[in-house]
Parts: sequence; C-alpha cells; structure tokens
Amino acid sequence: MADTSFWGYRRENGRVGVRNHVVILPLDDLSNAACEAVANNIKGTLAIPHAYGRLQFGEDLDLHFRTLIGTGSNPNVAAVIVIGIEPAWTKVVTDGIAKTGKPVEGFAIEQHGDINTISRASYKAKDFLHAASEIRREECPISDLWVSVKCGESDTTSGLASNPTVGNVIDKIDPLGATTCFGETSEITGAEEVCATRGATPEASKKFLATWQAYMDDVIEPHKTSDLSDSQPTKGNIEGGLTTIEEKAFGNVEKIGKNTKFIDVLEPAEEPSKGPGLYFMDTSSAAAECVTLQAAAGFAVHLFPTGQGNVIGNPIEPVIKLSANPRTVRTMHEHIDVDVSGILRREMTLDQAGDALLDMTIRTANGRLTAAETLGHREFVLTKLYRSA
Amino acid sequence: MSAPHYLVHNTTDTVGVVVVEGLEAGQEAIGWLMETDETIRHTTKDAIPIGHKIALGDIADGDTIIKYGHDIGRAVAAIGEGGHVHVHNMKTKRW
Repeated sequence: MADTSFWGYRRENGRVGVRNHVVILPLDDLSNAACEAVANNIKGTLAIPHAYGRLQFGEDLDLHFRTLIGTGSNPNVAAVIVIGIEPAWTKVVTDGIAKTGKPVEGFAIEQHGDINTISRASYKAKDFLHAASEIRREECPISDLWVSVKCGESDTTSGLASNPTVGNVIDKIDPLGATTCFGETSEITGAEEVCATRGATPEASKKFLATWQAYMDDVIEPHKTSDLSDSQPTKGNIEGGLTTIEEKAFGNVEKIGKNTKFIDVLEPAEEPSKGPGLYFMDTSSAAAECVTLQAAAGFAVHLFPTGQGNVIGNPIEPVIKLSANPRTVRTMHEHIDVDVSGILRREMTLDQAGDALLDMTIRTANGRLTAAETLGHREFVLTKLYRSA
Repeated sequence: MSAPHYLVHNTTDTVGVVVVEGLEAGQEAIGWLMETDETIRHTTKDAIPIGHKIALGDIADGDTIIKYGHDIGRAVAAIGEGGHVHVHNMKTKRW
C-alpha cells in the first residue's frame, strides 16, 4: 500500500482540511446577489449561492442551519463571510461557525442595502483572504482525513468494479483510523437486511434499520408510484443495465468494503461524534444533496464511483470520480480521475484498483485538483424536508 | 487470458453482466465467474448492450433472479439461456 500521509491545513479546532477556501455564504436566497458581488470583488473567495432560507421552521429549519453552519465549519474552509437579509438568523450561522475558532463575520442587508453591505463585506473578505493565503500545509496522518463516499449514475459496472474499488479503500484506511461516511437511505432498499448486518454493534444495526424504516414510512409510502416515477432506478441506471432497486442496492453497498463495520448512524449533516470509523448518514440518493450533507458534516474528500458518467462536484469538498465502464471513460474522460475499467478485462485486480484510488485520494488531499474542480462543478443543494411556511 | 465478454459475481447467480460493447446474438461468449475465478462460456441468444445482463440458464416467468448471491427481482416473461435480461422481462419485488 502507498504512503498514506498527506499535506493538509490544520485548523484552529484541530481538524485538517485539504483546501483553503474563503467562503462567502448566503443565509438565504435573497442574499445570493450580495455574496456573488463580494466574491467578484475579492478574487479567490468563493460564493456558495443556494435557493432557501426563508420561512423555514421546525426540523427543516434546524437542518438548514446545521447544513450552513457545517459548510462554514468544514476544515476545507479557512474563513467565512455570512450575509443574510436580517441579523438574527445571520447571527445563528456566524455563532455556529465561530465555535470552530476560525475567522467568521456576519452582515445583514436590512437597514443597509446591498451596495453598502457588499462594500463592508468585501473589505473583511479581503482581510480574511490575505490571512488564509499565508496558512501553510503540514504533514498529517491519514487518521486526520475524513472521507465520504457516494455513487451516481450507477450501472452494472459500478457494482462489479468501481464501487468495490471504493470499498477496498475503505477497508484499507479504516484500520488506520480514518473517519468515513456512506449514505443514500433509499438506495439501500433491497439490501437493507444485509447492510444492517454491517453494524459494529447491535445498537448501530438497530438505529440503521429504524432510520431506513422511517424513510420508507414517511417518504416512500405516502408518495410512491408503482415504479417510483422511474427515479429508482433512474433512466441512466436502466440504460446502463440496472433493472431493479434491489440490484442497484447490492451494488451500492459494495462501497463499504468487505470488512469495515459502521459504528453509528448520523442525521443529515450531523458531525460524527464517536471517533474514527465508518458512519452511515440518512441522506437522499441524489448526488448533490448527499455530498452537500456529507461536506456539511465535515468530510474533506469525496470518492464518487460512476457508471454512466455523473459529472457532480461540490464547492468545498473535492469529488474524486472513478469509473469502470470502458464506454464512459472513453466518451467522458475529462470527468474521470481514476479509470478502473481494467478490472473488467481481468487486467487489474481489485486490490490494485484500490491502491490507485488511494493514491489519487492522497494526491487530491495534497492539492491536485479533481476533474470536477477543473470543470467548475460546484453543486450545492440543500435538503428540504417540507414546504416553507 | 483473453478479456471476458461477461462477468458473474457469485456461483449461485442466474445472470451475468456484459462488459464489452457490441455483443451480438449467436456469439460464443467467454465469462469470468469472479467468486471462484473460473472461466465459463455461454452462447448469446440476443444482442446484449454493455452493462446489461445475460441469462446463465433458462429462467421461467415468475422465477427469482439471483445476482450478488441475492434476490434482485423476478422474471415477468420466460427468458432462455443466453437471453437479454432487462426491464422488459424482469421487475422489482419492492415497488
């Protein structure tokens, strides 16, 4: 196995990031324009516009705050400017991010207007960017690297090769003390009993099955159609040869390897709190929604196997793509970081593929840009639990 | 060893996955049974696109389809050995 230490940015709270973003974070949809103006003024900062943040309430509002605070708190982020329409909710997010000890400042637009707010926020963003640009990478063990996984536009080659390659990496880094995460509650359907046996404790297994059942009862049962409206599997999945949710699910769970057990089940965007190990997070199986939640929980690098060629990226968490489908790696090569199609030709073993992916993970952690980063993919999609008031 | 035309996960599976483009009907196809690392052979009954499944034996209407050693759905039409197994002749048992 390759050298697994990497060069990262150690933050005030001890967590290690692999990118050094100064983020301009809108509290709500109304503040996107001001955030984008600040990012345009101060080159090298990153605005993360999104669609929500008004009239949310209850559990849905809690998730909104948790996701924004988590995004700002992610160790790939050096400092944060928060802009909101009004000061009270803006302060909730800035106070949440401030707990990490990193520089953060909030601005509210009401009583000031966009132009004055943009001006003040731009001066502060410039200060933050200067400070961030002087932070140096330091050598860190892989136990400081938090890695999330999720597959997309899967086909049968995902279950044969690219998902097991991710599983091989999980099996290799779990004993080294890495913190890892898989999700996709709906896509475990058909393999839920098998997945439950992968809990490290009876409590973890039970919590997983309760989470899966709640999703079935609260989301699928009231809204389902006979074929789940062609969403599970998707049209792309079917084109790639997948036929049923069960087939897709057994391929999906290949991503957690053969030996690694999950130690806990997380709420969407919840930060792991039980130490190193594999966690299951209750997420949608839509790529951007899932990765956004995993990034908000603090994961720093993402491994994304694809069959037919999902092109997703994330603004703050680098998304490494791998594929085993020879047609996809030929026709969409600019999106693929690691080609593992050799497994299907018996030219490459799973163990060799895992080593190649682990090597790319370390190189990405050291600063190599992913295909998605070079192509500007910054999909940031908040999970909405129900309609706003 | 030549590159296989299709792969099979487990010994109990009733379907394999085509991993090459342009597999035609009536072709002598070489398979790789991954669990035991064996080379196997079937004659295709249909043209089968890359990623799609090949029946490893005769499958009757209503039979459970096995892949990864697990139940992945049921046949909704009879499928002959070497036939193309896809959404036109198999369905989920879940929804």
